[in-house]
Amino acid sequence: MNINLTMFGQLIMFAMFTWFCMKFIWPPIIMAMEERQKRIEDGLLAAERGRFEKAEAQIKAKKIINQSKSLATEIIANATRQASNMIEDAKYIALKEVGKVKEQAQAQLEQDTICVRNKLKNQVSDLVIQGVNAVLDKEVDVKLHQQMLGKLSESLL
Amino acid sequence: MSSTNEVITSGSYIKHHLQNLTYGQFPDGYWGFAHTSEQAKEMGFLAVHLDTLGVSFVLGILFLSFFYRIGKKMTYDAPSGTQNFIESVVSYINENVRGSFNGQNPMVAPLALTTFIWIVLMNTMDLVPVDWLPYIAQKIGVWFGADLHHVFFKVVPTTDPNATLGMAIGIFILIIYYSIKEKGIGGFAVELTFHPFGKMMLPFNLFLEGVNLIAKPVSLALRLFGNMYAGEMIFILIALLPFWIQWSLSLPWAIFHILIVLLQAFIFMTLVIVYMDMAHQKEH
Repeated sequence: MNINLTMFGQLIMFAMFTWFCMKFIWPPIIMAMEERQKRIEDGLLAAERGRFEKAEAQIKAKKIINQSKSLATEIIANATRQASNMIEDAKYIALKEVGKVKEQAQAQLEQDTICVRNKLKNQVSDLVIQGVNAVLDKEVDVKLHQQMLGKLSESLL
Repeated sequence: MSSTNEVITSGSYIKHHLQNLTYGQFPDGYWGFAHTSEQAKEMGFLAVHLDTLGVSFVLGILFLSFFYRIGKKMTYDAPSGTQNFIESVVSYINENVRGSFNGQNPMVAPLALTTFIWIVLMNTMDLVPVDWLPYIAQKIGVWFGADLHHVFFKVVPTTDPNATLGMAIGIFILIIYYSIKEKGIGGFAVELTFHPFGKMMLPFNLFLEGVNLIAKPVSLALRLFGNMYAGEMIFILIALLPFWIQWSLSLPWAIFHILIVLLQAFIFMTLVIVYMDMAHQKEH
């Protein structure tokens, strides 16, 4: 248990080992560890960002869905309105047409009636004349009675 | 431990185990191995303990090469078992340094790592059964032509005060170097003289702070040495018992000693960090 030069030998060894450790051992190990730590940190950050972006995207998607929903209802409403308008128009046109056709038919009817009445009048007057001719035969002055009957047929109208 | 014509007593067994393999200058000027403890004592300062230096050198190289090999092929992702072990040790020490050391010095953490692992390894030699390595050393010594009983081999470097003092002196030099570097000579002098009682009590302050300063390496060295020496001593005493009963004491003591091995290395490392921190503090 003597104190001697061993002390300095140990001191020199200690210094050499520490120097070597500081130069060649500590830096690579600690750098690798720090690098890994950084990577893990980055990964966590990226994950966090991803989650945030996902939430944002979800909100965006919801917004878009809502927008398109309202757009769709608007379109449907417009279409319904347009359709009803068209139906209204068509009804209106149809009614108008109906009116026209009715009027035309009425006019035609009236004309036909007049025509038929005239014909009937003539036929009736002819018939009357013939009848009268047959009944009276000779006692009738054709000219005079023709005149009379003409007046009569006119009064029929 | 059998011998041809000498009876081994407990006393000589213990003495033999506590003697370092000393190479030095005899009083008459020759250099050579000490054959007895008395000769080793006579050599005085001009001698070296080859066993202490050899074992600590081998252990240091073991530590450095192991860590160097792992450090060279560090991977970023999915580290293997050994790398995990190295990393846990390094991060543990790094955390300790960050917790206790507030200065900026890239040397402190590697210093703490070296201190811790080296001391752990040196202390661990205590757990090798006390006769194994000395027995091998004797065989080698005899093969080289030495007398069987004059081959000494003390296995645990930290049971040699030279080893612990050597390290403590290294720390002491660093304390003084960084104190002067960080605070300037004036600042360091002020720290030594104006505290704790102000300018009027300068000599008394210097005495107190001087003791404080010197006590750091001395306590560092003696604490480690004392603990390991006592532990080794008990192992030697246990080894004196009959072989069939030794395990009943050596096993519990060895298990307990694992704690001491790690604890003493940890204390040494922590104190090194704290002393470095104090050396770097500008404000007292």
